[in-house]
Amino acid sequence: MNGEVKTESKLEKILRSGQFAVTGECGPPRGADAEVIRHKCKLLKDKADAFNITDNQTSVVRMSSIASAVIMMQEGMEPVMQMVCRDRNRIAIQSDILGGAALGIKNMLCLSGDHQKFGDHPQAKNVFDIDSIQLISTVRRMRDEGKFLGGDDIKGVPKLFVGAAANPFADPFEIRVPRLAKKVAAGVEFIQTQCIFNLKKFSEWMKGVVDRGLHEKVFILGGVTPFKSFGMARYMAKNVPGMDVPDELLERMKGTPKESQAEEGIKIAVETIQQLKEMKGIAGVHIMAIEWEEKVGEIAEKAGLLPRPSV
Amino acid sequence: MVVGERKPFDEITGMLEGHKKIMVLGCGGCVTVCLTGGHDEVRVLSSQLRMARDNAGNPIEIVEKTVERQCDPEYVEEVSGIVPDVDAVLSMACGAGVQYVAERYPGMPVYPALDTTFVGGSTKEGYYVEKCQTCGACKLFYTGGICPIARCSKSLLNGPCGGSTKGKCEIDPEVDCAWQLILDRLKSLNRMDLYEENMAVNDWRTNRDGGPRKMIREDFQR
Amino acid sequence: MANFEPTIVAFCCHYCAYGAADLAGSMRLEYPPNIRVIRLPCTGKITPVFLLRAFEKGADGVYVAGCLEGDCHFIHGNLVAKPRVNYTKKLIQEVGLEPERLEMFNMSAAMGPRFAEVANEFTERIRQLGPSPLNKKMRRVDTEAA
Repeated sequence: MNGEVKTESKLEKILRSGQFAVTGECGPPRGADAEVIRHKCKLLKDKADAFNITDNQTSVVRMSSIASAVIMMQEGMEPVMQMVCRDRNRIAIQSDILGGAALGIKNMLCLSGDHQKFGDHPQAKNVFDIDSIQLISTVRRMRDEGKFLGGDDIKGVPKLFVGAAANPFADPFEIRVPRLAKKVAAGVEFIQTQCIFNLKKFSEWMKGVVDRGLHEKVFILGGVTPFKSFGMARYMAKNVPGMDVPDELLERMKGTPKESQAEEGIKIAVETIQQLKEMKGIAGVHIMAIEWEEKVGEIAEKAGLLPRPSV
Repeated sequence: MVVGERKPFDEITGMLEGHKKIMVLGCGGCVTVCLTGGHDEVRVLSSQLRMARDNAGNPIEIVEKTVERQCDPEYVEEVSGIVPDVDAVLSMACGAGVQYVAERYPGMPVYPALDTTFVGGSTKEGYYVEKCQTCGACKLFYTGGICPIARCSKSLLNGPCGGSTKGKCEIDPEVDCAWQLILDRLKSLNRMDLYEENMAVNDWRTNRDGGPRKMIREDFQR
Repeated sequence: MANFEPTIVAFCCHYCAYGAADLAGSMRLEYPPNIRVIRLPCTGKITPVFLLRAFEKGADGVYVAGCLEGDCHFIHGNLVAKPRVNYTKKLIQEVGLEPERLEMFNMSAAMGPRFAEVANEFTERIRQLGPSPLNKKMRRVDTEAA
């Protein structure tokens, strides 16, 4: 899998060179103030290899993923442009892929997108012209065959390193490995998983992945999210669909005095990363510190992931 | 069948403001079966309208009528003798029926009493659910007889998404995850091989996206 | 308003409330003359159309009296009637009538005193509510005409 590097992506180069990769996440602001992104960038710079820019996450309107990614690049960092199928049809999707690539974006994450019911515009019409798996094959076709979905030739292909998400904790569990196989068949090159709290279930999934040899076809980055507090842990356990927080973690957070809960949350995240590093088939971690960007460096540092390699 | 739901009463009375004599026109087709626009519902709504208008000191005269189907010019013709005597028609048919009546009677205001909601069926008496989105290119062969376009909240052709929890959809714990149902069916049919195949990008031209659609039986054309 | 005599329509099941009304009569129990009894083969026969028409034709209150739950002669006709009555309460509310003007009661044929009690209580309830708004309007029109 180390294979030939197909894009200018630093993330791709690190992964293909066999080094343990680290990605982070940066949510764009709900306004037109570029300084918000620049500020987050300063907190995140050099703490990971590339950073996801979310695309109207949880269906709440935010600054566009492409524009935010460009601001991030101005700060000397490498963005992963997220793209959801909820808000655009295939015409807009391909157009944005071309535009993003032209502006220098080198990584893209293909997602279906949360249902608009969860956002600030539940009255919106959703699109879902294509789904995340079809989005993967669309961008791979554009890049590798130089063709639009409609069949016409592209002049100047978008050189994007193509990723997707996987949720090993959603139901039904038994198809979570086959579903990854579908994404691999569609041409995905790296995967960032849903936040891992239940390591036992995750390693069960990874075993299935390794048994099918999928880890040799796609780079898998385990998702890690630190709890800020017991309240947040409980919220994620109860209210976020497809999230699996085991009771012993909740107990551990609950049993920690309030003032040191944040510290304990970081400790849990570091322990999770250390276990992921030992797991067969794991190529890196994806640290999602939701509105807590200043802690990404601390977690990476404590997990022995710093300094990041330069390629 | 096409399922409809009666509009809020205030919206209906709002449309009828200023009219003194109307016809409430029911439809004997789908909306009779789903208990929203048939003979009985015409009587109920007419009764309500008369009472509400009496109550407001502004009585209204109503002709109650139900035809076999409103989505067929032949039956819409049946009320041609009544229409000139009223100053508006309140149709209790689906959106298709309302338009047939409007097209047949130029110059006559024709209002919808229902919101046409979906194509589906009944789970039990008086309980209706959506089953089909009339995409124009049936995929039920690949999905074990359960439609992902109509029944997955995101219309995913390669589901389920990460929001499927204990067989339910992330948008509502009352809603079944269509992909869970599809997988259960494929398993019982021993056709999980169909799941592993990626469904290609859909051609939505057969859907409404290709513009208004028609279907012609050529052996009936003269 | 004190001498307002409401018109009340009682849809009574042949197998229970109608028998109870008979029994009340044999027992010489008094109940108000405001009640107009309409016999049904079963309350399962009731539909919103019947109930609405009663109001439209001038009733100030309407009630449905069926068998005790579990004792329907036709197994579950009274359980069919119950949600229909509740649904019709919403329909009359849309029109501007108080939902309390419509009610469902359950009794057996042996409950003559209960029949009289229901008739008394419901009549009192409607007397408190006053004439149906529809009748008020009609009466006003009549007066104007006179």
